[in-house]
Amino acid sequence: METFITIIAGILFTVGTYLILNKNLLRIILGITLFSHATHLLLMAINGLKKGAAPLLGENAASYTDPVPQALILTSIVISFALTAFLLVLGYRTYVELGTDNMKQLRGNTHE
Amino acid sequence: MYLLYIAILIPFFSIPFIPLLYKYVHRIHTGWFVLVIPVLLLFFFARYYFVQQTIEPLILSVPWIPSLNIHFTIYLDSLSLLFVLLITGVGTLVVFYSIFYMSKDREKLHLFYAYLMLFMGAMLGSVLSDNLLVLYAFWELTSVSSFLLIAFWYHRKRSRYGAQKSMFITMSGGFSMLLGFIMLYVTSGTFSIRELILLGDQISQHSLFIPAMYFIFLGVFTKSAQFPFHIWLPDAMEAPTPISAYLHSATMVKAGVYLVARLTPIFGGHQEWFWTITIIGLITLFIGSLTAIRQSDLKALLAFSTISQIGLIMSLLGIGSMSLNNQYSDSSLLFAGATLAAIFHLINHSIFKGCLFMMIGILDHETGTRDIRRLGGLIHVMPVSFTLTMIGSFSMAGLPPFSGFLSKEMFFSGALTASRTMGSWFIFIPIIAWVASIFTFVYCMILIFKVFIGPYKPLPLDRKPHEAPFGMLVSPMILASLVVILFFFPNLIASSLLEPTVKAILPQAFANGREWHVHISAWHGFNTELLMTMGIIILGMLLYKYLTKFRNIYESIPLKFTLNQAYDNGLVAMERISGKLIRFYMYGSTPLYLSYLFVFVIVIVGGSLFLLNGFIFDLSNNAPIELYEYMLGFTIVAAAIYMVFTKSRLISIIAVSVIGYIVSLFFVIFRAPDLALTQLVVETISTALFLLCFYFLPRVSKYVTPMKLNIRNAIIAIGVGMTLTLIGLSTQEHHLFDSIAEYYKDSYTLAGAKNIVNAILVDFRAFDTMLEIVVLFAAGVGIYTLIKLRHTGRKDQ
Repeated sequence: METFITIIAGILFTVGTYLILNKNLLRIILGITLFSHATHLLLMAINGLKKGAAPLLGENAASYTDPVPQALILTSIVISFALTAFLLVLGYRTYVELGTDNMKQLRGNTHE
Repeated sequence: MYLLYIAILIPFFSIPFIPLLYKYVHRIHTGWFVLVIPVLLLFFFARYYFVQQTIEPLILSVPWIPSLNIHFTIYLDSLSLLFVLLITGVGTLVVFYSIFYMSKDREKLHLFYAYLMLFMGAMLGSVLSDNLLVLYAFWELTSVSSFLLIAFWYHRKRSRYGAQKSMFITMSGGFSMLLGFIMLYVTSGTFSIRELILLGDQISQHSLFIPAMYFIFLGVFTKSAQFPFHIWLPDAMEAPTPISAYLHSATMVKAGVYLVARLTPIFGGHQEWFWTITIIGLITLFIGSLTAIRQSDLKALLAFSTISQIGLIMSLLGIGSMSLNNQYSDSSLLFAGATLAAIFHLINHSIFKGCLFMMIGILDHETGTRDIRRLGGLIHVMPVSFTLTMIGSFSMAGLPPFSGFLSKEMFFSGALTASRTMGSWFIFIPIIAWVASIFTFVYCMILIFKVFIGPYKPLPLDRKPHEAPFGMLVSPMILASLVVILFFFPNLIASSLLEPTVKAILPQAFANGREWHVHISAWHGFNTELLMTMGIIILGMLLYKYLTKFRNIYESIPLKFTLNQAYDNGLVAMERISGKLIRFYMYGSTPLYLSYLFVFVIVIVGGSLFLLNGFIFDLSNNAPIELYEYMLGFTIVAAAIYMVFTKSRLISIIAVSVIGYIVSLFFVIFRAPDLALTQLVVETISTALFLLCFYFLPRVSKYVTPMKLNIRNAIIAIGVGMTLTLIGLSTQEHHLFDSIAEYYKDSYTLAGAKNIVNAILVDFRAFDTMLEIVVLFAAGVGIYTLIKLRHTGRKDQ
């Protein structure tokens, strides 16, 4: 299971990188989203999966899964959500002000 | 005793007061106030002149940065004293001269004197410091103040060019010298010159000893305008003439000479030291004298003559350093004669060159030009100037009855000593010296006869020439009379200044208490040296007579590849190459920069994984996978791959949300209920946001940009994916220590919570949560501002 998840995360990283290298602003933001998904999956997989019950003490299980990566990922989800939202609005303003979403055209002043 | 420190620092302390005096005392020329400082310093240091012969050198030390072994140590022996007297003595005369030269109403005198005092203090500091780093600090200050003074008339293009050039060359030399000093510190563990001398042979075995020597040479040769770094000095002639007289003939260009003399006890006796200094000195001597002849600007002529004379002094110091070589210990006193000649000529040169520069300044001031071709026949109009220039020139040419004659004779005997003692093929040293002296003779004649003799040309001159005011003539008069006095009474300074100086430069040669006394006499019998001088006069006269023919040959030599051109082209090329280089990789395109970053990730992270054999792969610990889990995984992969190939952005957005929802399903499988909840909510909101953005897209770009397969990007992407996958796989097997999760499983007793993840978030590691809230808040504020803020006042175009 861990190897499987890691490989999935690797594919998400590949696609994310490819999208980030694209010249289209919306695709870049999508690529960043893929990156955060892949990172979360990888964080889960590194520590071992399905090693026990959910980390709720009411379960009264013999062993629980590691709660630390879950806490870390929860923080990370919120932060990457904030980042994505901000990037989206920034992209939106770029469209509105400059009328383009092509990174090749976003090059500052041409006379430089 | 600490008066010495005050003496060094007085010029610096005076700087703030100069602008005040300039601004509030209009009636009196600011120079009169400034004059007090060099006069005081001259008298202060003159006291040591008489005590210097008997007592030990003065050493004073004040810790500056003791932890780094940097102490502000003053070491006053006769070598330092000689330079201090030159600096303060010529300084006094130059300030006096400048009072009449610089106009009170037209020039920015406060800047002029402030820079001059900065220079004087820096120069005093560098010749009195015993600590190499303190010496370096003062050394760079002389470069800075010289830069400021050369560009004193900063509205002129040539001044700025000359200042920049001298700055580049002397600063890069100075920096290399610093490297040399640090290498010396590495070899010995001390920055103190005295301690380095005591360490002697011990450090000369170190592998960094010779590199240190050559790095220091670079500093010395750039500062003293030696070949091939002499090119800055002629361009520095754009400075006001008092500055040229002071900095670029008497003091700053001799800083290199001082350092060579000061370091001779450390490096002297080594073949590398002897060869480099002697050869470079001789080349400079020859090229300087040869180039001086073709100059039509009087100041440029003097600049090349300075270059050549300092080359002469350098070569003599080189020959003299052989006195420390064990091989020639029998004739070490003969070599010491060369050092004596160097020191004597150093004094002579400062005197007559200062005088000549001041005379050129007077000519410029009174006629409005320094061009030889426009001057002539001034002997009747300016008889006093003629006399003084003649004294200076004849001394420079080495004619009796002027002091230059004595030092030139000593120069020849030094060169002859080298060839006699070290083998017959060293005969090239006296020959080069002799030929260069012929050229020296010729340009000295040009200086006198082209300017003062011949037809009087009143028309092209801007002003009606007349004799200079008396005040202006005082300083050159004093210098000229010193030239004559030193010829008739050379022993005034022989035993009191020259002898202890030579002993300070070559302490090891006199260590065994050998008796050696300097006695210079104007007449020393018929010998080779005298014959050489006669030959110079005869050949020089002939050459001067046929100068026009000679010059034609001379100017037909192509000058395409002069050093100046090499310097200029080098600067242009460096600028062009760096521009090209930056334009080559700073393309202005974000995807390109991102691909640099990704390539570095692949190369460095992936490379180290490969090189350190970090990759481990082991399936045995894996949890089992159910069929539906495979299905979920393949859906993610399919959605991701579909994103690459789809043309529509709407589908891309939906594919991302598919991936997000499946990730939350995975969280369910991984027994992470909180994560699954959060991920579901967040994914829903993000998808809504993406769709909102999509709605507001410019109509044109909604569908029309199909994603072309970019092979380069694809390779980078696959590389990044592979690297991260391999790292992910390897880390699963690297369990260096147990998880700390056991501690948190006690959360009910520790925090009263049954949900461990929540307990971690708000209790154990609540700081993370607080800052994450701050991040969310900041993003909210940012989004609000982005939407609300419009271009109101400011318009870009």
